[in-house]
Amino acid sequence: MIPRIYIPGDSGALALGAEKVAKAVRAELAERGIEAKIVRNGSRGAYFLEPMVEVATANGRVAYGPVKPSDVKSLFDCGLLTGGHHKRWLGAPDKIPFLARQTRLTFARCGVTDPLSLDHYKAHGGLNGLQNAVAMTPADIVKQVTESGLRGRGGAGFPTGIKWKTVLDTSAERKYIVCNADEGDSGTFADRMIMEGDPFVLIEGMAIAGIATGATKGFIYIRSEYPHAVAVMQKAVEIARKAGVLGVNVLGSANSFDMEVRVGAGAYVCGEETALLDSLEGKRGQVRAKPPLPAHKGLFGKPTVINNVISLASVPVIMDKGAAFYKDFGMGRSRGTIPIQIAGNVKYPGLYEAAFGMTLGEIVDDIGGGTATGRPVKAVQVGGPLGAYFPRALFDTPFDYEAFAAKDGLIGHAGIVVFDDSADMLKQARFAMEFCAIESCGKCTPCRIGSTRGVEVLDRLAQNVEPEKQIALVTDLCNTMKFGSLCALGGFTPYPVMSALNHFPDDFRPTPVAEAAE
Amino acid sequence: MSMQPASTEIASRTAAIIHELKGLEGPLLPILHGIQEEFGYVPQDALPVIAEALNISRAEVHGVVTFYHDYRSQPAGRHVLKLCQAEACQSMGSDAIAARLKSLLGIGFHETTRDGSVTLEPVYCLGLCVCSPSAMLDGEVIGRLDDEKLNEIVAEVRS
Ligand SMILES: Cc1cc2nc3c(=O)[nH]c(=O)nc-3n(C[C@H](O)[C@H](O)[C@H](O)COP(=O)(O)O)c2cc1C
Ligand code: SF4
Ligand code: FES
Repeated sequence: MIPRIYIPGDSGALALGAEKVAKAVRAELAERGIEAKIVRNGSRGAYFLEPMVEVATANGRVAYGPVKPSDVKSLFDCGLLTGGHHKRWLGAPDKIPFLARQTRLTFARCGVTDPLSLDHYKAHGGLNGLQNAVAMTPADIVKQVTESGLRGRGGAGFPTGIKWKTVLDTSAERKYIVCNADEGDSGTFADRMIMEGDPFVLIEGMAIAGIATGATKGFIYIRSEYPHAVAVMQKAVEIARKAGVLGVNVLGSANSFDMEVRVGAGAYVCGEETALLDSLEGKRGQVRAKPPLPAHKGLFGKPTVINNVISLASVPVIMDKGAAFYKDFGMGRSRGTIPIQIAGNVKYPGLYEAAFGMTLGEIVDDIGGGTATGRPVKAVQVGGPLGAYFPRALFDTPFDYEAFAAKDGLIGHAGIVVFDDSADMLKQARFAMEFCAIESCGKCTPCRIGSTRGVEVLDRLAQNVEPEKQIALVTDLCNTMKFGSLCALGGFTPYPVMSALNHFPDDFRPTPVAEAAE
Repeated sequence: MSMQPASTEIASRTAAIIHELKGLEGPLLPILHGIQEEFGYVPQDALPVIAEALNISRAEVHGVVTFYHDYRSQPAGRHVLKLCQAEACQSMGSDAIAARLKSLLGIGFHETTRDGSVTLEPVYCLGLCVCSPSAMLDGEVIGRLDDEKLNEIVAEVRS
């Protein structure tokens, strides 16, 4: 058999030099006259080990990382193709502690298989869920998804099955499945990873959603900042269509479902579901007032399921292994697993899929290993630019939708950004306001104008101009934004601002530097 | 600066793109992407052609073009460098990286160097928050930016 070498094509791995490593491996193979197949897999998500190169040996996969192009020659000298020992040797990838401790349901294949090989996909349990679904009634599929307890992973945590049921129960001659792949939150990359590393699981999830609700057409709306994900998804859709996974007879059944990949144009607010629908229709990405719900009147006025990438990509395993299997993981009303994305100033950054319920402290300190700079952790922002900053004092908060809400925070898309003690929380609060001002769709005054006022007020505070007055003003402004905004961009910007202010009050009382210096 | 094509040429190339994409559901964004790919920006002269073909007002097309950060009204430099300025990258010093890059290139965000070699833009997350600070140069991703990598980037765009 021709040896197989896995070198990730994931953009995180590419950003760390995977392409140069691939080039060096190719050159080395040519020079030694060895024939081998190079597979560009996704990333397993242990980014501190990327570029992680793996070889398939008689005793299973053996990993090496982080590999530099200059390591390649010595890797071959040490017997790379048979898993020989080398300073970059990591052993069996699934035994690496960061990976071994995870519960990989949604990301089971990511980093393992060839993303664009449907055979590989099937050999690793792919299409079992869809196969089951085509033999079921739509109502039974919806019931299974509802019973699994799956809640939307895009941020709001709305039960996926209930959303699907509304669309199933709304009759129309045309319905749509829209996948929200706008992933604009800083600190998040789970959608990107799955699209680049296991695109068929998303296609399968969307096809199941279509069959469950009577929708025959799907759109994946991917942000333009993700050109690699766009390219992989487009290829995967074509392959799926040729293989009859998509088309007029999905897996040979009487169900018809097809889809298209669409690319955004650089507007954070287009991640909001109704703005996304307007954008798909070719309009400005402005938020629509609800009702009507997208489930009743969505894309082009037709009943539409709009779900996040991870929500949809979690459906195949639920349809394969059953609602009870999935529901068994988790805590409280947060069922199943969640791909936690650990990012920013952290020693072991990466994607960590686990059942709900780990504490924030376990995630940051045990899994993430503390900061990359080695300094103390000061704050972590959870849930993207609209999420709260948590101090160490709240590190006992379990990763659960309700527990985070109880602490005036949110899980959002499950991104965690770590900051060390050099962070200036007043500056972070200012950025939250600035970001809101840059990205506001302009529909409501508290968001459009309030955010700009917020920046000005915080700037005056930074200059120590009547600090008490500025703090009262920004608090008041946050209240207005919270209750007077149509969507969560204006409505949730107060979370990062107020959490910074409440948990790190010292940063909001700057001492006048000029006078203090002697 | 790249040469801007004449308006008749813009109209005919725009018409060809529209012809190809008009059949899509919600064709406007794909058409605008196609036009930006063709010309490197969305020329004013393309707007009436689109408006007429899609049977919408010119003001509407203008409204859409100006709403999205991606569409340019002017050609960019030969290279486009997007520097992430969002929170995860901030936590790893993206502010200092931005300041250094601006001084190396002698331009600010949303500006192009005088020799037309590079346009510098801020971007809010590239999904590369595991290797912050990050950037994208002409669609190619770069992680763990430091002074050495900045110097390489500057040398590359100037060559
Ligand atoms: C400003 C803003 C940005 C959002 N961005 C995203 C996004 O990038 N991806 C996403 O899935 N949901 C995003 N959402 C949430 C969506 O509106 C919506 O709740 C989600 O797509 C529903 O899918 P789910 O139920 O599967 O989570 C955003 C919401 C707001 C207010
Ligand atoms: S809160 Fe802001 S982004 Fe949301 S609808 Fe209002 S103006 Fe638009
Ligand atoms: S915040 Fe910079 S890549 Fe995500």
